[in-house]
Amino acid sequence: MSVQQEIIIAGFGGQGILSAGRLIAYAGMLDNKNVSWLPSYGPEMRGGTANCHVIVSDEPVGSPILNKATSIIVMNGPSLDKFEGIVSPGGLVITDSSLVGKSPKRTDVDVSEIPASRIASEMGNATYASIILLGKLVAKTGVISKESFEEALKEVLPPKYHHLIPEEMKAFELGMNY
Amino acid sequence: MATVFKKPHALKDLSMHYCPGCTHGIIHRLVAEVIDELGIEGKTIGVSPVGCSYNNYEYFNCDMVQAAHGRAPAVGTGVKRANPDNYVFTYQGDGDLAAIGTAEIVHAATRGEKITTIFVNNAIYGMTSGQLAPTTLLNQVTTTSPFGRKPEVHGFPIKVSEMISTLEGAVYVERVSVHDIKNIINAKKAIKKAFKVQMANKGFSMVEVLSTCPTNWGMNPTEALRWLQDNMIPFYPLGNFKGKDLEV
Amino acid sequence: MGQKLLMKGNEVIAEAAVRAGCRHYFGYPITPQTEIAHYMAKRMPEVGGVFVQAESEVAAINMVYGAASAGVRVMTSSSSPGISLKQEGISYSACAELPAVIVNIVRCGPGLGGILPAQCDYFQAVKGGGHGDYKMVVLAPSSVQELYEMTVEAFNIADKYRTLVMVMGDGILGQMMEAVEFKDKENIVAVDKSWAVTGTGMKRENNVITSIYIKPEVMEAHNNKLQAKYKLIEQNETKVEVYNCDNADVIVTAFGTVGRIVKNVIKTAEKEGIKVGLIRPITLWPFPVHAFEKYAQTPKAFLSVELNAGQMVEDVRLAVNGRRPVHFHGRTGGMIVTQQEILDKIKEIIK
Repeated sequence: MSVQQEIIIAGFGGQGILSAGRLIAYAGMLDNKNVSWLPSYGPEMRGGTANCHVIVSDEPVGSPILNKATSIIVMNGPSLDKFEGIVSPGGLVITDSSLVGKSPKRTDVDVSEIPASRIASEMGNATYASIILLGKLVAKTGVISKESFEEALKEVLPPKYHHLIPEEMKAFELGMNY
Repeated sequence: MATVFKKPHALKDLSMHYCPGCTHGIIHRLVAEVIDELGIEGKTIGVSPVGCSYNNYEYFNCDMVQAAHGRAPAVGTGVKRANPDNYVFTYQGDGDLAAIGTAEIVHAATRGEKITTIFVNNAIYGMTSGQLAPTTLLNQVTTTSPFGRKPEVHGFPIKVSEMISTLEGAVYVERVSVHDIKNIINAKKAIKKAFKVQMANKGFSMVEVLSTCPTNWGMNPTEALRWLQDNMIPFYPLGNFKGKDLEV
Repeated sequence: MGQKLLMKGNEVIAEAAVRAGCRHYFGYPITPQTEIAHYMAKRMPEVGGVFVQAESEVAAINMVYGAASAGVRVMTSSSSPGISLKQEGISYSACAELPAVIVNIVRCGPGLGGILPAQCDYFQAVKGGGHGDYKMVVLAPSSVQELYEMTVEAFNIADKYRTLVMVMGDGILGQMMEAVEFKDKENIVAVDKSWAVTGTGMKRENNVITSIYIKPEVMEAHNNKLQAKYKLIEQNETKVEVYNCDNADVIVTAFGTVGRIVKNVIKTAEKEGIKVGLIRPITLWPFPVHAFEKYAQTPKAFLSVELNAGQMVEDVRLAVNGRRPVHFHGRTGGMIVTQQEILDKIKEIIK
């Protein structure tokens, strides 16, 4: 039985939404999976909402556009409203509870509410919030391996940020174990 | 017997299609003489416009590209960027350069493309039979300004050399005329300098040549030459607008 | 094959062009293809190439005309409204028989439309968006890997036939990231370009690149020459993917991104006992009529699914030629067809 993970990551522009998606896709590729990453593009990427669709699959990826998702990570209220409904029953909803300000209404999905932005600020870098949430996603779904995630950080982050990778991995593990 | 006068090598031995009294032929000859004298025919690529001189690719002996209306500076940019060792000139009329191709000439000039533009200004559209050009003088009668050019209807004529000379990338801009021998000699000097500017890799160079169109002006050739002198030169003053002291 | 990379479609097009030996790029920014220009602006100086941000799409295509005249491999890219502006240069280049590659990452129209994906430029691309009897080869990749392979191939076809080749994707393909594997060395087919304007060197007759033929008998002869070339391209370069079509109940036709969506539908339909086939034209021109000839009698009906109001379906109807009903399903405005919609339509057809 083939497995296809269909993930939507959504929030405000500037929260690292698109990079978080790229990290998953890159790590998936390193794990020898078929992957696709599709960003929302256009006016909304200039300070408004941002989201990306990521597929990690054992089989070739068909449509890169998701009309349903196995997991969503949401980092603001509007994104929860927009995407909660398309999560498959039994799927996963991860929210940054320090920003979303409400809980999912669905009762047929697995919900993880993590105050990721608050934790990240306490760690001294607000951009780790999305990494914490990715940690939770990986712990719950096993979509990618931790080793590949660390490799992906090296590929996706510009070299000038590579010195932060140990901290990023700390955030990732914190999310995994939250 | 010594030869004292001959057709320049850069021109083919053909009779041209231009109307009697049209000065395009003189300007072609000047460009060809300059190419001969600089010894650059084998490295020169000309770009033909749309307008009366659309098929001057048949007359020049160097490699030639025919361009869409107004696009010669863009085509010239492509040729020059592909082969920076070649010398590229565009040959354009006033409709081609100053109406439909305004964006292309302004931006080729402002990018400082190492090309040379020969801009032939006869204040009218020739090929399509005598319509108002961007350079048509106030009160001048054309087939689309039958009561004369009126500012409130048609706007004002464009002084192209003055405009182009404001651009940093344009390093040599001069307006000349070919209505008499003295001016023809000056015109050749300017064209030669424009090519030398390109050969020295200095930037964009342009020579605006005031030219006649007896057919569409409704005059005989002699009247046309006089009309140019009496009407065009007062509005389009001859002289250098940029790069007078440029050493090349 | 080299290392697997995760890259955006637009960037892959640009890198593929560089690998194919393209050292001249002229363009003007427009969403959703601007990453091609970003990439070229950085990459061209690294490989000794030329990047020029033109003042307009009109100027960009005419710079392409100039550079192609000079015999170099050259490319421009844009999206729908920008491609409309390029039509002048496209028609002229076709007539002057200039080899060049044009990328259209299609967005929804008409007018300024929107910036989201569409396939609404099919007619413009395959029927001749500019004036006159001309054709250009139109390649329709459906994955990032195909964007790479077909962009390289586009340059070879362009040179081989002295023709324009369009690589036509949509906003999804341009924006999405997928794994791509570049070859260590590209198959670059070198051709004689002694027709190009490079300066006579006083060693040969002058070359002239022109698209004007005032004498009718000369213009007609030139048209005949172009048409003969197009025939040859039809014979040699037609490409299509035929998938699952033997004994299919319904054959769906789709190109580019939609082809991928249909492949998902095929799996779902199979589970419900419906056999769905796919004919995916890879060259939109020349259109793979032969694939339709072969399967014209196989299904109960054909269904063309497109991100437009019904364009390729006309060519499908011509190819099927009345032998089976040809249905259409499309979305416009940047809306994307869903698997469910396609499946519902298939069920409606076979009911």
